[in-house]
Amino acid sequence: MDWRSLARRFLGFESVALAFLLLYPLAPFLDWMLESQQLPVRLDRQLVTIFIFAILALGLNLQVGTAGLLQLGIAAFFAIGAYTAGVLTVEKYPFQLGFWGALLFGPLVAGLAGAALGAPTLRLRGDYLALVTLGFGEVVRVVLINLESITDGPRGLNPIPAPWLPEWLVSTEIDPTGRRQVLVMYYLTLWILVALVVAFRTLERTRLGRSFVALREDELVSACMGLNPTRTKLIAFAVGAAIAGLAGVLYATNLTTTAEPNTYDFNYSIMVLCCLIIGGLGSLRGALLGSLVLIGFDNVISPLLTRLIQGEPKPGEVQSVFTTFSNWRWIIFGLALVLMMRFRPNGLWPASRSHPEPRA
Amino acid sequence: MTLVLQQLIIGLTNGMVFALIALGYTMVYGILELINFAHGDLFMLASFVALTLVGMLSIADLHGGALFGALLLVVAACALFSGGLNWTVDRVVYRRLRSAPKLAPLVSAIGVSFIFQNLGLFWGGLSMDVMGGGVAAAAPKAFPDLLPSDNLLGEGSALRITMKDVVVVLSSLAVMAGLFLLVRFTKLGKAMRATAQNPTAARLMGIDVDAVIGWTFAIGGALAGFAAVIYGLYINTIHYQMGYQNGLYAFTAAVLGGIGNIPGAVLGGLVIGVVRAFSDQAIGAEWQPAVLFSMLIVILVFRPQGLLGSTMREKV
Repeated sequence: MDWRSLARRFLGFESVALAFLLLYPLAPFLDWMLESQQLPVRLDRQLVTIFIFAILALGLNLQVGTAGLLQLGIAAFFAIGAYTAGVLTVEKYPFQLGFWGALLFGPLVAGLAGAALGAPTLRLRGDYLALVTLGFGEVVRVVLINLESITDGPRGLNPIPAPWLPEWLVSTEIDPTGRRQVLVMYYLTLWILVALVVAFRTLERTRLGRSFVALREDELVSACMGLNPTRTKLIAFAVGAAIAGLAGVLYATNLTTTAEPNTYDFNYSIMVLCCLIIGGLGSLRGALLGSLVLIGFDNVISPLLTRLIQGEPKPGEVQSVFTTFSNWRWIIFGLALVLMMRFRPNGLWPASRSHPEPRA
Repeated sequence: MTLVLQQLIIGLTNGMVFALIALGYTMVYGILELINFAHGDLFMLASFVALTLVGMLSIADLHGGALFGALLLVVAACALFSGGLNWTVDRVVYRRLRSAPKLAPLVSAIGVSFIFQNLGLFWGGLSMDVMGGGVAAAAPKAFPDLLPSDNLLGEGSALRITMKDVVVVLSSLAVMAGLFLLVRFTKLGKAMRATAQNPTAARLMGIDVDAVIGWTFAIGGALAGFAAVIYGLYINTIHYQMGYQNGLYAFTAAVLGGIGNIPGAVLGGLVIGVVRAFSDQAIGAEWQPAVLFSMLIVILVFRPQGLLGSTMREKV
């Protein structure tokens, strides 16, 4: 038994999920350590961000990894989810359905948008589909910026309320620092993520899941075997979009705002794709590993390194563009993409059974 | 009427720049079926080379013949730079992936594009006194206004055609004519057309396909370098993120004209330029990306072969 199968045996999803479940009580301690060093990172909040990003990555993985539909505009569906949550919950609008309502409708609207975009375009060849989704992403972003009366433009829709929970759990008297609120987000996002992973693992063994893979490997042959390519692709695309919308709802709730429309730009879509490629396209655990590596790098390691290089920030001092570590991120991500494609096209942690070769 | 004519002039002049960039996309796609995402950012980097040269050689102080000569020098340097860089990227990155699934070079191209963009950001962080640009690294840089912008129709005329417009249009047309002649009448051009048609058959006929692809990247890159100088002289502002949007507009142009089709790319560039000018006028500049990208989607859905392209079926 080599180390890979050993690692596989002991690093199942269950044990990883359990580890994260038990890990949380450590977060305040780690944060206290980081804070005592005056470092600009809050670990518990970053873990929530990583979980949300992993959910988004799972949605994209269904489209690109499993079904082989090259999608370069996932941020659009993420944004649709976030803004649906905004419209349904903020005081400006009459709906005020609260978090749980948004959690229901966000994925629904994003999924419908995915179906609406996919229906006419999924029959296009791979690289044309990539451009259509890219274009759609830009159109959504520009529309969000310009329809200022609806979206509040660059200010974003806010405040988005936290999930409703009983008073005795999260009242400000018991919880003046808001740490319990973070705790709630932590477990909520973690369990949604775990549920999705379980669902996707089940899907892999179903008829539908297998037909996604068949379609990815050879569309012509699977059509000859009686699959309906258009319908199957549309399901994968719409469900992936809906999951991205779900991630959007969680994202906006976590930030208590939809943030500005430019958050959801092409670079964001590529970040998600990048994390799939680093982890391994079509691989669930790869998507999780990729999210951890990428967001961990971006939100934890990069600020820490910057602080290490620049030392304590002094007010009014302008730092050189080179010593701010986050300015190197696109060189690093770009190099990662190029090197991965050259030397490890199946990612760091590919799926064990099949090696996906999505055709662009 | 004057307004329409004016927008038409602006659109056609802008369209020349898009057409020049689109040629680089269309040539590479025609041979490799690769959307070279890094092409727009190559254009951006070349514009930084141009600004740096203009600053270092103090070209803004020159006049007449000296100015003309210096600009020719800048054009040559930029074309050489971006052609060489594009060739190198193909040699180092894409050539290794010729037999890989088609996703691999596409993702690599996205990676290269981000590396270029980041380099552009750093370039902007260099000492700006030499380059004559803005302050902060990410800020747009001012490109000196070197060409005379007096109205050729006389100052009283409502319609405005400047020396700048004429120089941009004529020099672009000359370069395009050169490209056309090269592809149509030289041995290299013939080899390029053969490779685009069928790489395997071309190789069997003794054509060094890799070398031809390298030349294609070099020529496409050089066109982007030329476009970068033209863009700087005409728009007078450059920015490290301009490659992404201009590149995508140019790609839209290439698709519109029929991807892989050289006259199509020029036609598409001009159409995109004109549409952009009229949409800015009628709908508003803030909607410009939405209009152009919606156009891209509509073209891809309803006429993926473009205006001049012929229908082709995906090979099994």
